[in-house]
Amino acid sequence: MHLTSYLQDSQLTVALTGEIDHHCAKAYIDTIIGKIEAYKPCVCVLDFQDVTFMDSSGIAVVINTLRNMTRIKGKLTLIGIREQPMRVFAASGIDKLVEIKEVAV
Amino acid sequence: MKFENYMQLEFPSKSSNEAFARSAVACFASQMDPTLEELGDIRTAVSEAVTNCIVHAYPNGYGVITLRCRILKDNILDIVVKDKGVGIPDLEQARRPMFTTGGEDRSGMGFTIMESFMTTFSATSRVGKGTTVHMRRKLQKRK
Repeated sequence: MHLTSYLQDSQLTVALTGEIDHHCAKAYIDTIIGKIEAYKPCVCVLDFQDVTFMDSSGIAVVINTLRNMTRIKGKLTLIGIREQPMRVFAASGIDKLVEIKEVAV
Repeated sequence: MKFENYMQLEFPSKSSNEAFARSAVACFASQMDPTLEELGDIRTAVSEAVTNCIVHAYPNGYGVITLRCRILKDNILDIVVKDKGVGIPDLEQARRPMFTTGGEDRSGMGFTIMESFMTTFSATSRVGKGTTVHMRRKLQKRK
């Protein structure tokens, strides 16, 4: 698991990288939730630009992030999703629950 | 001869083998000249099937996962993922979207994704004996 994140004007941006599967999903979830709890951002942006593969474990990462942002009355946006992860999001209907943008905000 | 080619792998139910399994199937399938989308779908479905074995089949330690791939005529990739684990008592419930007995890091979408990404999908399970997932994907013939 490897991610980079930064906080600016109460917007937490987390850039995920590589392949997201069950092997690394728990570590991603724990790290992202830890950052949300620490910074209490108004907006959380998950950047998928460098995610080359994702299975349903990626859905769990998004659902857990969404749940935690909703708890603090914040917003979640996904950006830069490539074709393969997008097919997984579309099959799960997550694309109807979360705002998805093509490029960085 | 019913098949054009085949391969079979056996590995322990360690989560580090998820990436290995889907990559191995993708390498094997590459001789069928799949599109990137087809390859992505196949890798995703294999990842789901193998993850199910790792998360659910052997709750108390590691067990064996068998993965068999065959290339059948008419450009069909046939995949069987088999474990000898605890089995699934209610398959219909397990296949329901969002249903999971896993932790918060599971989404309950594994079966749904296998079903929607593959051309055919079937699962059989016996409690105490294990679970077998059988799926096929018909690949587009490219000129």
